[in-house]
Amino acid sequence: MGAIAVFKKEMRSYFASPIAYAVFTLFLVVSGYFFYTILIYLSLISVQAAMNPGFARGLNVTDGIVRPFFIDLGVVLLFLMPLLTMRVFAEERKQGTLELLLTYPLRDGEVLLGKFMAATTLYALLLSTTALYVLLLTLWSELELYPILTGYLGLLLLGMAFLSLGLFFSSLTENQIVAGAFAFGASLLLWIIGWGGTLAEGDWSALFRHLSIVEHLASFARGVLEMKDIVYYLGMTSFFLFATLKSLEIRRWKG
Amino acid sequence: MIEVEGLTKVYGNKTAIDNLTFTVQQGEVVGFLGPNGAGKTTTMRVLSCYMPPTSGTARVGGYDIRTQALEVRRRIGYMPEHVPLYTDLTVTQYLGFVAEAKGLSRLTRRQRVGEAIERCLLQDAQGRIIGKLSKGYRQRVGLAQALLGDPPILILDEPTIGLDPKQIIEIRSLIRDMQGERTVILSTHILPEVSMVCQRVIIINEGHIVAVDTPESLTRRLQRSTQVLLEIDGPPEQVTGRLREVAGVLQVVMKDGAGALRRYLVDTDKDRDLRQELARVVCSSGWGLLELRPVDLSLEDIFIRLVTEEEAVGHQPSAAS
Repeated sequence: MGAIAVFKKEMRSYFASPIAYAVFTLFLVVSGYFFYTILIYLSLISVQAAMNPGFARGLNVTDGIVRPFFIDLGVVLLFLMPLLTMRVFAEERKQGTLELLLTYPLRDGEVLLGKFMAATTLYALLLSTTALYVLLLTLWSELELYPILTGYLGLLLLGMAFLSLGLFFSSLTENQIVAGAFAFGASLLLWIIGWGGTLAEGDWSALFRHLSIVEHLASFARGVLEMKDIVYYLGMTSFFLFATLKSLEIRRWKG
Repeated sequence: MIEVEGLTKVYGNKTAIDNLTFTVQQGEVVGFLGPNGAGKTTTMRVLSCYMPPTSGTARVGGYDIRTQALEVRRRIGYMPEHVPLYTDLTVTQYLGFVAEAKGLSRLTRRQRVGEAIERCLLQDAQGRIIGKLSKGYRQRVGLAQALLGDPPILILDEPTIGLDPKQIIEIRSLIRDMQGERTVILSTHILPEVSMVCQRVIIINEGHIVAVDTPESLTRRLQRSTQVLLEIDGPPEQVTGRLREVAGVLQVVMKDGAGALRRYLVDTDKDRDLRQELARVVCSSGWGLLELRPVDLSLEDIFIRLVTEEEAVGHQPSAAS
Protein backbone atom coordinates (compact mmCIF):
# COMPACT_ATOMS: atom_id res chain seq x y z
CA MET A 1 0.00 0.00 0.00
CA GLY A 2 1.21 3.47 -0.80
CA ALA A 3 1.10 4.66 2.78
CA ILE A 4 3.61 1.98 3.76
CA ALA A 5 6.06 3.21 1.13
CA VAL A 6 5.80 6.74 2.50
CA PHE A 7 6.07 5.43 6.05
CA LYS A 8 9.34 3.62 5.34
CA LYS A 9 10.81 6.58 3.55
CA GLU A 10 9.86 8.96 6.37
CA MET A 11 11.44 6.71 8.99
CA ARG A 12 14.65 6.62 6.95
CA SER A 13 14.60 10.38 6.56
CA TYR A 14 14.07 10.95 10.27
CA PHE A 15 17.16 8.98 11.13
CA ALA A 16 19.24 10.37 8.30
CA SER A 17 18.89 13.92 9.58
CA PRO A 18 20.11 15.13 12.96
CA ILE A 19 16.62 16.08 14.12
CA ALA A 20 15.56 12.66 15.40
CA TYR A 21 18.78 12.21 17.31
CA ALA A 22 18.56 15.68 18.78
CA VAL A 23 14.99 15.12 19.92
CA PHE A 24 15.81 11.73 21.42
CA THR A 25 18.77 13.14 23.29
CA LEU A 26 16.84 16.10 24.61
CA PHE A 27 13.98 13.90 25.66
CA LEU A 28 16.20 11.43 27.45
CA VAL A 29 18.01 14.19 29.29
CA VAL A 30 14.91 16.09 30.33
CA SER A 31 12.75 13.08 31.16
CA GLY A 32 15.62 11.54 33.06
CA TYR A 33 16.03 14.68 35.07
CA PHE A 34 12.32 14.93 35.81
CA PHE A 35 12.25 11.34 36.94
CA TYR A 36 15.25 11.90 39.14
CA THR A 37 13.83 14.96 40.87
CA ILE A 38 10.47 13.31 41.45
CA LEU A 39 12.16 10.26 42.86
CA ILE A 40 14.38 12.27 45.19
CA TYR A 41 11.43 14.29 46.38
CA LEU A 42 9.45 11.20 47.20
CA SER A 43 12.31 9.58 49.03
CA LEU A 44 12.79 12.71 51.11
CA ILE A 45 9.12 12.69 52.02
CA SER A 46 9.29 8.98 52.76
CA VAL A 47 12.00 9.60 55.26
CA GLN A 48 9.79 12.12 56.99
CA ALA A 49 6.83 9.77 56.76
CA ALA A 50 8.79 7.05 58.44
CA MET A 51 8.77 9.21 61.53
CA ASN A 52 5.13 10.06 61.11
CA PRO A 53 3.02 6.99 60.31
CA GLY A 54 -0.18 8.92 59.62
CA PHE A 55 1.51 10.77 56.90
CA ALA A 56 2.72 7.60 55.24
CA ARG A 57 -0.72 6.27 54.44
CA GLY A 58 -1.22 8.57 51.45
CA LEU A 59 2.11 7.76 49.92
CA ASN A 60 2.74 5.21 47.29
CA VAL A 61 5.05 4.96 44.35
CA THR A 62 2.38 5.01 41.69
CA ASP A 63 0.80 8.22 42.89
CA GLY A 64 3.99 9.78 44.06
CA ILE A 65 6.26 9.09 41.15
CA VAL A 66 4.59 7.68 38.11
CA ARG A 67 1.63 10.05 37.94
CA PRO A 68 3.56 13.33 38.24
CA PHE A 69 6.14 11.87 35.91
CA PHE A 70 3.53 11.33 33.23
CA ILE A 71 2.24 14.87 33.56
CA ASP A 72 5.75 16.22 33.30
CA LEU A 73 6.28 14.14 30.19
CA GLY A 74 3.24 15.81 28.74
CA VAL A 75 4.92 19.17 29.25
CA VAL A 76 8.10 17.93 27.61
CA LEU A 77 6.11 16.78 24.61
CA LEU A 78 4.67 20.22 24.23
CA PHE A 79 8.15 21.43 23.33
CA LEU A 80 9.44 18.42 21.47
CA MET A 81 6.57 17.40 19.20
CA PRO A 82 6.79 20.52 17.01
CA LEU A 83 10.45 19.66 16.42
CA LEU A 84 9.47 16.30 14.98
CA THR A 85 6.65 17.55 12.81
CA MET A 86 7.83 20.89 11.52
CA ARG A 87 9.88 19.43 8.69
CA VAL A 88 7.38 16.85 7.49
CA PHE A 89 5.60 18.92 4.86
CA ALA A 90 7.46 22.19 4.99
CA GLU A 91 10.79 20.69 4.01
CA GLU A 92 9.31 18.73 1.13
CA ARG A 93 7.62 21.82 -0.15
CA LYS A 94 10.77 23.87 0.08
CA GLN A 95 12.90 21.26 -1.66
CA GLY A 96 10.28 20.70 -4.32
CA THR A 97 9.97 17.00 -3.57
CA LEU A 98 6.32 17.43 -2.60
CA GLU A 99 5.50 18.18 -6.22
CA LEU A 100 6.95 14.88 -7.30
CA LEU A 101 5.42 12.98 -4.40
CA LEU A 102 1.96 14.23 -5.25
CA THR A 103 2.24 13.04 -8.85
CA TYR A 104 2.79 9.41 -7.92
CA PRO A 105 -0.28 7.14 -8.01
CA LEU A 106 -0.91 7.80 -4.32
CA ARG A 107 -3.91 9.47 -2.81
CA ASP A 108 -3.16 12.52 -0.68
CA GLY A 109 -4.65 10.59 2.23
CA GLU A 110 -2.14 7.78 1.77
CA VAL A 111 0.73 10.25 1.83
CA LEU A 112 -0.62 11.86 4.98
CA LEU A 113 -1.25 8.54 6.66
CA GLY A 114 2.28 7.35 5.93
CA LYS A 115 3.78 10.49 7.38
CA PHE A 116 1.52 10.44 10.41
CA MET A 117 2.31 6.78 11.11
CA ALA A 118 6.02 7.51 10.90
CA ALA A 119 5.74 10.45 13.30
CA THR A 120 3.65 8.37 15.70
CA THR A 121 6.07 5.44 15.53
CA LEU A 122 8.99 7.72 16.28
CA TYR A 123 7.04 9.14 19.18
CA ALA A 124 6.18 5.69 20.49
CA LEU A 125 9.86 4.78 20.39
CA LEU A 126 10.62 7.93 22.31
CA LEU A 127 8.02 7.13 24.90
CA SER A 128 9.18 3.57 25.29
CA THR A 129 12.51 4.75 26.64
CA THR A 130 10.70 5.84 29.80
CA ALA A 131 9.61 2.29 30.38
CA LEU A 132 13.12 1.75 31.69
CA TYR A 133 12.46 4.10 34.58
CA VAL A 134 9.19 2.46 35.44
CA LEU A 135 10.76 -0.99 35.28
CA LEU A 136 13.51 0.16 37.61
CA LEU A 137 10.90 1.22 40.13
CA THR A 138 9.36 -2.24 40.16
CA LEU A 139 12.63 -3.63 41.46
CA TRP A 140 12.25 -1.79 44.73
CA SER A 141 8.59 -1.22 45.25
CA GLU A 142 5.14 -2.32 44.25
CA LEU A 143 3.40 -0.54 41.44
CA GLU A 144 -0.18 -0.68 40.29
CA LEU A 145 -0.10 -1.84 36.72
CA TYR A 146 -3.42 -0.42 35.60
CA PRO A 147 -2.76 3.32 36.07
CA ILE A 148 0.60 2.90 34.38
CA LEU A 149 -1.01 1.36 31.34
CA THR A 150 -3.73 3.97 31.14
CA GLY A 151 -1.12 6.65 31.72
CA TYR A 152 0.88 5.48 28.73
CA LEU A 153 -2.27 5.28 26.67
CA GLY A 154 -3.07 8.85 27.61
CA LEU A 155 0.41 9.98 26.66
CA LEU A 156 0.16 8.17 23.36
CA LEU A 157 -3.14 9.80 22.53
CA LEU A 158 -1.86 13.18 23.67
CA GLY A 159 1.18 12.75 21.47
CA MET A 160 -0.93 11.85 18.46
CA ALA A 161 -2.99 14.98 18.97
CA PHE A 162 0.13 17.16 19.16
CA LEU A 163 1.58 15.41 16.12
CA SER A 164 -1.50 15.94 14.00
CA LEU A 165 -1.50 19.58 15.05
CA GLY A 166 2.15 19.89 14.07
CA LEU A 167 1.58 18.20 10.71
CA PHE A 168 -1.20 20.63 9.97
CA PHE A 169 1.00 23.66 10.52
CA SER A 170 3.80 22.05 8.58
CA SER A 171 1.49 21.72 5.60
CA LEU A 172 0.68 25.41 5.61
CA THR A 173 4.13 26.79 4.97
CA GLU A 174 7.50 26.24 3.35
CA ASN A 175 9.31 27.54 6.37
CA GLN A 176 10.06 24.91 9.02
CA ILE A 177 10.66 27.45 11.74
CA VAL A 178 7.32 29.13 11.21
CA ALA A 179 5.60 25.74 11.19
CA GLY A 180 7.32 24.75 14.41
CA ALA A 181 6.58 28.04 16.09
CA PHE A 182 2.89 27.92 15.25
CA ALA A 183 2.61 24.30 16.27
CA PHE A 184 4.20 25.11 19.58
CA GLY A 185 2.00 28.16 20.06
CA ALA A 186 -1.18 26.27 19.30
CA SER A 187 -0.21 23.40 21.59
CA LEU A 188 0.59 25.85 24.34
CA LEU A 189 -2.74 27.54 23.88
CA LEU A 190 -4.54 24.25 24.22
CA TRP A 191 -2.55 23.57 27.35
CA ILE A 192 -3.21 26.78 29.19
CA ILE A 193 -6.79 27.13 28.13
CA GLY A 194 -7.46 24.91 31.10
CA TRP A 195 -6.33 27.64 33.44
CA GLY A 196 -9.40 29.59 32.35
CA GLY A 197 -11.23 26.84 34.14
CA THR A 198 -9.84 27.87 37.47
CA LEU A 199 -10.70 31.50 36.90
CA ALA A 200 -14.22 31.06 35.57
CA GLU A 201 -17.22 29.62 37.28
CA GLY A 202 -19.72 26.85 36.83
CA ASP A 203 -20.36 25.76 33.25
CA TRP A 204 -17.70 27.97 31.77
CA SER A 205 -15.20 26.49 34.13
CA ALA A 206 -16.16 23.02 33.02
CA LEU A 207 -15.88 23.99 29.35
CA PHE A 208 -12.42 25.39 29.70
CA ARG A 209 -11.26 22.41 31.63
CA HIS A 210 -12.70 20.10 29.03
CA LEU A 211 -10.83 21.87 26.24
CA SER A 212 -7.55 21.70 28.05
CA ILE A 213 -5.30 19.10 26.61
CA VAL A 214 -3.65 18.33 29.95
CA GLU A 215 -6.79 17.74 32.00
CA HIS A 216 -7.51 14.63 30.00
CA LEU A 217 -3.99 13.40 30.50
CA ALA A 218 -4.43 13.80 34.23
CA SER A 219 -7.44 11.48 34.09
CA PHE A 220 -5.46 8.83 32.26
CA ALA A 221 -2.60 9.15 34.67
CA ARG A 222 -4.95 8.54 37.57
CA GLY A 223 -6.03 5.26 36.07
CA VAL A 224 -9.32 6.61 34.91
CA LEU A 225 -10.34 5.35 31.49
CA GLU A 226 -13.24 7.42 30.31
CA MET A 227 -14.84 7.66 26.92
CA LYS A 228 -14.84 11.44 26.94
CA ASP A 229 -11.09 11.61 27.29
CA ILE A 230 -10.49 9.15 24.47
CA VAL A 231 -12.99 10.97 22.29
CA TYR A 232 -11.28 14.27 22.99
CA TYR A 233 -7.88 13.10 21.85
CA LEU A 234 -9.05 11.05 18.90
CA GLY A 235 -11.40 13.80 17.87
CA MET A 236 -8.66 16.38 17.94
CA THR A 237 -6.30 14.11 16.02
CA SER A 238 -8.91 13.39 13.35
CA PHE A 239 -9.81 17.03 13.05
CA PHE A 240 -6.26 18.16 12.42
CA LEU A 241 -5.50 15.30 10.06
CA PHE A 242 -8.58 16.23 8.08
CA ALA A 243 -7.53 19.88 8.10
CA THR A 244 -4.10 18.86 6.80
CA LEU A 245 -5.71 16.93 3.98
CA LYS A 246 -7.75 19.95 2.99
CA SER A 247 -4.73 22.20 3.19
CA LEU A 248 -2.86 19.91 0.78
CA GLU A 249 -5.78 20.02 -1.61
CA ILE A 250 -5.97 23.80 -1.51
CA ARG A 251 -2.26 24.19 -2.05
CA ARG A 252 -2.53 22.05 -5.16
CA TRP A 253 -5.02 24.48 -6.62
CA LYS A 254 -3.03 27.54 -5.78
CA GLY A 255 0.24 26.07 -6.94
CA MET B 1 -1.87 9.76 -26.25
CA ILE B 2 -2.19 13.28 -24.91
CA GLU B 3 -5.19 15.37 -25.90
CA VAL B 4 -5.45 18.88 -24.58
CA GLU B 5 -8.35 21.18 -25.22
CA GLY B 6 -8.85 24.72 -24.03
CA LEU B 7 -6.53 24.20 -21.06
CA THR B 8 -6.37 27.28 -18.88
CA LYS B 9 -4.71 27.92 -15.53
CA VAL B 10 -5.10 31.16 -13.65
CA TYR B 11 -3.14 32.03 -10.50
CA GLY B 12 -4.88 34.89 -8.78
CA ASN B 13 -4.98 37.51 -11.49
CA LYS B 14 -2.21 36.03 -13.58
CA THR B 15 -3.14 33.74 -16.42
CA ALA B 16 -0.29 31.27 -16.75
CA ILE B 17 -1.75 29.31 -19.68
CA ASP B 18 -4.69 30.36 -21.77
CA ASN B 19 -6.85 28.09 -23.87
CA LEU B 20 -4.16 25.62 -24.95
CA THR B 21 -5.17 23.02 -27.48
CA PHE B 22 -2.84 20.39 -28.88
CA THR B 23 -2.37 16.66 -29.34
CA VAL B 24 0.56 14.34 -28.92
CA GLN B 25 0.46 11.01 -30.73
CA GLN B 26 1.68 7.76 -29.31
CA GLY B 27 5.42 7.28 -29.64
CA GLU B 28 6.08 10.93 -30.45
CA VAL B 29 8.71 13.04 -28.80
CA VAL B 30 7.30 16.54 -28.63
CA GLY B 31 9.12 19.62 -27.42
CA PHE B 32 7.47 22.48 -25.61
CA LEU B 33 9.56 25.48 -26.49
CA GLY B 34 9.22 28.91 -25.00
CA PRO B 35 10.97 31.63 -23.03
CA ASN B 36 10.96 31.60 -19.24
CA GLY B 37 7.53 32.33 -17.84
CA ALA B 38 5.78 31.20 -21.01
CA GLY B 39 3.71 28.59 -19.24
CA LYS B 40 5.73 25.44 -19.93
CA THR B 41 6.08 24.33 -16.32
CA THR B 42 2.44 25.09 -15.61
CA THR B 43 1.39 22.90 -18.53
CA MET B 44 3.64 20.06 -17.31
CA ARG B 45 2.19 20.36 -13.82
CA VAL B 46 -1.37 20.21 -15.06
CA LEU B 47 -0.68 17.24 -17.33
CA SER B 48 1.04 15.34 -14.54
CA CYS B 49 -1.98 15.91 -12.28
CA TYR B 50 -0.03 17.90 -9.75
CA MET B 51 -2.55 20.71 -10.04
CA PRO B 52 -5.99 20.92 -11.59
CA PRO B 53 -6.63 23.39 -14.42
CA THR B 54 -8.91 26.37 -14.00
CA SER B 55 -10.81 25.34 -17.10
CA GLY B 56 -10.44 23.14 -20.15
CA THR B 57 -9.79 19.44 -20.40
CA ALA B 58 -6.89 17.13 -20.97
CA ARG B 59 -6.70 13.42 -21.46
CA VAL B 60 -3.43 11.65 -20.83
CA GLY B 61 -3.16 8.01 -21.81
CA GLY B 62 -6.87 8.04 -22.40
CA TYR B 63 -7.78 9.20 -18.89
CA ASP B 64 -9.10 12.56 -17.81
CA ILE B 65 -6.68 14.48 -15.60
CA ARG B 66 -9.45 15.90 -13.49
CA THR B 67 -11.71 12.95 -12.82
CA GLN B 68 -9.29 10.06 -13.26
CA ALA B 69 -6.11 11.54 -11.88
CA LEU B 70 -4.97 8.34 -10.18
CA GLU B 71 -5.19 6.41 -13.44
CA VAL B 72 -3.25 9.11 -15.25
CA ARG B 73 -0.50 9.07 -12.66
CA ARG B 74 -0.14 5.32 -13.00
CA ARG B 75 0.80 5.81 -16.62
CA ILE B 76 3.20 8.71 -16.47
CA GLY B 77 6.75 9.34 -15.44
CA TYR B 78 7.27 12.93 -14.35
CA MET B 79 10.49 14.81 -13.82
CA PRO B 80 9.99 18.36 -12.52
CA GLU B 81 12.40 21.20 -13.18
CA HIS B 82 15.41 21.19 -10.85
CA VAL B 83 14.94 17.45 -10.26
CA PRO B 84 13.86 17.43 -6.61
CA LEU B 85 15.15 14.32 -4.84
CA TYR B 86 15.38 13.12 -1.26
CA THR B 87 18.96 14.00 -0.55
CA ASP B 88 19.35 11.87 2.56
CA LEU B 89 18.60 8.54 0.90
CA THR B 90 20.89 6.42 -1.25
CA VAL B 91 20.08 5.95 -4.92
CA THR B 92 18.87 2.40 -4.36
CA GLN B 93 16.80 3.34 -1.33
CA TYR B 94 15.21 6.20 -3.20
CA LEU B 95 14.38 4.20 -6.29
CA GLY B 96 13.03 1.46 -4.04
CA PHE B 97 10.70 3.97 -2.48
CA VAL B 98 9.53 5.26 -5.85
CA ALA B 99 8.96 1.72 -7.07
CA GLU B 100 6.80 1.03 -4.05
CA ALA B 101 4.97 4.33 -4.34
CA LYS B 102 4.21 3.60 -7.99
CA GLY B 103 2.59 0.38 -6.92
CA LEU B 104 5.09 -2.05 -8.39
CA SER B 105 4.65 -5.46 -6.87
CA ARG B 106 7.14 -6.59 -4.27
CA LEU B 107 8.48 -9.34 -6.49
CA THR B 108 9.33 -7.14 -9.44
CA ARG B 109 10.51 -4.13 -7.49
CA ARG B 110 14.15 -5.10 -7.20
CA GLN B 111 14.38 -6.12 -10.80
CA ARG B 112 12.75 -2.93 -12.02
CA VAL B 113 15.01 -0.76 -9.95
CA GLY B 114 17.98 -2.65 -11.36
CA GLU B 115 16.73 -2.06 -14.88
CA ALA B 116 16.27 1.63 -14.29
CA ILE B 117 19.76 1.91 -12.83
CA GLU B 118 21.21 0.16 -15.86
CA ARG B 119 19.20 2.19 -18.32
CA CYS B 120 20.37 5.46 -16.84
CA LEU B 121 23.97 4.34 -16.29
CA LEU B 122 23.81 4.67 -12.52
CA GLN B 123 25.70 1.51 -11.60
CA ASP B 124 28.59 3.41 -10.06
CA ALA B 125 26.34 5.57 -7.94
CA GLN B 126 23.96 2.93 -6.60
CA GLY B 127 24.95 2.92 -2.97
CA ARG B 128 25.80 6.56 -2.70
CA ILE B 129 23.75 9.17 -0.92
CA ILE B 130 21.91 11.38 -3.36
CA GLY B 131 22.98 14.54 -1.58
CA LYS B 132 26.57 13.72 -2.39
CA LEU B 133 26.08 13.10 -6.11
CA SER B 134 27.06 15.47 -8.89
CA LYS B 135 24.38 17.29 -10.86
CA GLY B 136 24.77 14.95 -13.81
CA TYR B 137 24.17 11.87 -11.70
CA ARG B 138 21.23 13.48 -9.95
CA GLN B 139 19.63 14.23 -13.27
CA ARG B 140 20.00 10.60 -14.19
CA VAL B 141 18.43 9.53 -10.92
CA GLY B 142 15.55 11.86 -11.73
CA LEU B 143 15.18 10.24 -15.12
CA ALA B 144 15.45 6.77 -13.57
CA GLN B 145 12.61 7.47 -11.16
CA ALA B 146 10.49 8.73 -14.03
CA LEU B 147 11.23 5.57 -16.02
CA LEU B 148 10.45 3.18 -13.15
CA GLY B 149 7.50 1.01 -13.94
CA ASP B 150 7.92 1.62 -17.67
CA PRO B 151 5.26 4.29 -18.00
CA PRO B 152 4.02 4.83 -21.56
CA ILE B 153 4.17 8.60 -21.18
CA LEU B 154 7.04 10.74 -19.95
CA ILE B 155 6.66 14.36 -18.91
CA LEU B 156 10.02 16.07 -18.52
CA ASP B 157 10.39 19.68 -17.44
CA GLU B 158 13.71 21.07 -18.65
CA PRO B 159 15.57 17.76 -18.49
CA THR B 160 18.98 19.11 -19.46
CA ILE B 161 19.14 22.26 -17.41
CA GLY B 162 22.34 22.83 -15.49
CA LEU B 163 24.26 19.98 -17.05
CA ASP B 164 27.65 20.18 -18.74
CA PRO B 165 27.85 19.59 -22.50
CA LYS B 166 28.84 15.93 -22.20
CA GLN B 167 26.00 15.17 -19.83
CA ILE B 168 23.57 17.06 -22.03
CA ILE B 169 24.49 14.90 -24.98
CA GLU B 170 23.96 11.76 -22.89
CA ILE B 171 20.54 12.77 -21.67
CA ARG B 172 19.46 13.89 -25.12
CA SER B 173 20.43 10.62 -26.73
CA LEU B 174 18.63 8.76 -23.96
CA ILE B 175 15.48 10.71 -24.74
CA ARG B 176 15.87 10.46 -28.49
CA ASP B 177 16.14 6.68 -28.23
CA MET B 178 12.69 6.57 -26.73
CA GLN B 179 11.08 7.68 -29.95
CA GLY B 180 8.49 5.16 -30.99
CA GLU B 181 8.50 3.16 -27.80
CA ARG B 182 7.32 5.90 -25.46
CA THR B 183 5.42 9.14 -25.75
CA VAL B 184 7.54 12.00 -24.46
CA ILE B 185 6.64 15.59 -23.89
CA LEU B 186 9.51 17.75 -22.74
CA SER B 187 9.85 21.43 -22.15
CA THR B 188 12.90 23.52 -22.79
CA HIS B 189 14.11 26.96 -23.63
CA ILE B 190 17.22 25.63 -25.34
CA LEU B 191 16.56 25.91 -29.02
CA PRO B 192 19.01 23.48 -30.58
CA GLU B 193 17.76 20.81 -28.19
CA VAL B 194 14.40 20.78 -29.87
CA SER B 195 15.64 20.10 -33.36
CA MET B 196 18.03 17.46 -32.03
CA VAL B 197 15.61 15.53 -29.92
CA CYS B 198 12.03 16.22 -30.93
CA GLN B 199 9.90 15.22 -33.85
CA ARG B 200 7.51 18.11 -33.30
CA VAL B 201 7.73 21.47 -31.65
CA ILE B 202 5.04 23.40 -29.82
CA ILE B 203 6.14 26.98 -29.36
CA ILE B 204 4.50 28.73 -26.44
CA ASN B 205 4.77 32.33 -25.37
CA GLU B 206 2.97 34.17 -22.58
CA GLY B 207 0.53 31.35 -22.06
CA HIS B 208 -0.47 30.98 -25.70
CA ILE B 209 0.55 28.50 -28.36
CA VAL B 210 2.31 30.37 -31.11
CA ALA B 211 3.14 27.52 -33.48
CA VAL B 212 2.92 23.75 -33.75
CA ASP B 213 5.03 21.96 -36.37
CA THR B 214 8.10 19.89 -37.11
CA PRO B 215 11.36 21.81 -36.85
CA GLU B 216 11.93 21.45 -40.61
CA SER B 217 8.46 22.63 -41.57
CA LEU B 218 8.69 25.64 -39.35
CA THR B 219 11.95 26.56 -40.94
CA ARG B 220 10.43 26.26 -44.37
CA ARG B 221 7.31 28.19 -43.50
CA LEU B 222 9.31 31.09 -42.22
CA GLN B 223 11.97 31.45 -44.80
CA ARG B 224 11.51 34.46 -46.92
CA SER B 225 14.57 33.70 -48.92
CA THR B 226 16.96 30.89 -49.54
CA GLN B 227 20.50 31.66 -48.51
CA VAL B 228 23.58 30.22 -50.14
CA LEU B 229 27.04 30.31 -48.64
CA LEU B 230 30.02 30.46 -50.97
CA GLU B 231 33.72 30.40 -50.31
CA ILE B 232 35.48 32.01 -53.21
CA ASP B 233 39.08 32.74 -54.02
CA GLY B 234 39.09 35.95 -55.96
CA PRO B 235 39.18 39.77 -55.76
CA PRO B 236 36.42 40.66 -53.26
CA GLU B 237 34.91 43.73 -54.94
CA GLN B 238 34.75 42.06 -58.32
CA VAL B 239 33.30 38.88 -56.87
CA THR B 240 30.65 40.80 -54.99
CA GLY B 241 29.72 42.80 -58.04
CA ARG B 242 29.60 39.77 -60.34
CA LEU B 243 27.44 37.80 -57.92
CA ARG B 244 25.02 40.67 -57.60
CA GLU B 245 24.46 40.64 -61.31
CA VAL B 246 23.05 37.14 -61.27
CA ALA B 247 19.31 37.21 -61.82
CA GLY B 248 17.36 36.37 -58.69
CA VAL B 249 20.03 37.45 -56.28
CA LEU B 250 18.64 39.79 -53.63
CA GLN B 251 21.71 40.58 -51.64
CA VAL B 252 25.36 39.67 -51.31
CA VAL B 253 27.09 40.01 -47.98
CA MET B 254 30.79 39.39 -47.55
CA LYS B 255 31.32 37.46 -44.37
CA ASP B 256 34.81 36.64 -43.24
CA GLY B 257 38.14 35.76 -44.65
CA ALA B 258 41.40 37.50 -45.53
CA GLY B 259 42.93 38.63 -48.74
CA ALA B 260 41.43 36.92 -51.74
CA LEU B 261 39.82 34.03 -49.93
CA ARG B 262 36.44 35.13 -48.64
CA ARG B 263 33.05 33.77 -47.72
CA TYR B 264 29.92 35.31 -49.16
CA LEU B 265 26.35 34.94 -47.99
CA VAL B 266 23.98 35.30 -50.91
CA ASP B 267 20.28 35.90 -50.38
CA THR B 268 18.31 34.59 -53.29
CA ASP B 269 14.68 34.55 -54.24
CA LYS B 270 12.82 31.88 -52.31
CA ASP B 271 11.38 30.07 -55.27
CA ARG B 272 14.56 29.67 -57.26
CA ASP B 273 17.54 27.45 -56.72
CA LEU B 274 20.42 29.51 -58.03
CA ARG B 275 23.25 27.29 -56.88
CA GLN B 276 24.21 26.03 -60.33
CA GLU B 277 24.03 29.51 -61.77
CA LEU B 278 26.22 30.93 -59.04
CA ALA B 279 28.76 28.15 -59.41
CA ARG B 280 28.92 28.69 -63.18
CA VAL B 281 29.43 32.42 -62.72
CA VAL B 282 32.28 31.93 -60.28
CA CYS B 283 34.12 29.34 -62.33
CA SER B 284 33.69 31.07 -65.68
CA SER B 285 35.23 34.18 -64.14
CA GLY B 286 38.30 32.13 -63.32
CA TRP B 287 37.95 32.29 -59.57
CA GLY B 288 38.33 29.32 -57.19
CA LEU B 289 35.12 27.93 -55.73
CA LEU B 290 35.92 26.13 -52.50
CA GLU B 291 32.51 25.76 -50.92
CA LEU B 292 28.90 26.17 -51.90
CA ARG B 293 26.02 25.19 -49.70
CA PRO B 294 22.46 26.28 -48.81
CA VAL B 295 21.91 27.78 -45.38
CA ASP B 296 18.72 27.07 -43.44
CA LEU B 297 17.09 29.63 -41.23
CA SER B 298 18.07 28.46 -37.79
CA LEU B 299 15.48 27.68 -35.21
CA GLU B 300 16.84 30.57 -33.20
CA ASP B 301 15.81 32.97 -35.91
CA ILE B 302 12.37 31.38 -36.16
CA PHE B 303 11.95 31.60 -32.43
CA ILE B 304 12.94 35.24 -32.17
CA ARG B 305 10.64 36.10 -35.04
CA LEU B 306 7.66 34.24 -33.65
CA VAL B 307 8.04 35.39 -30.12
CA THR B 308 8.68 39.02 -30.89
CA GLU B 309 5.70 39.00 -33.23
CA GLU B 310 7.57 39.88 -36.35
CA GLU B 311 5.96 36.97 -38.07
CA ALA B 312 2.47 35.59 -38.02
CA VAL B 313 2.94 31.95 -38.85
CA GLY B 314 -0.73 31.12 -39.21
CA HIS B 315 -1.09 28.60 -36.43
CA GLN B 316 -2.41 25.28 -37.74
CA PRO B 317 -3.11 23.05 -34.74
CA SER B 318 -2.21 19.41 -35.31
CA ALA B 319 -2.68 19.66 -39.04
CA ALA B 320 1.03 19.33 -39.56
CA SER B 321 2.65 16.22 -38.11
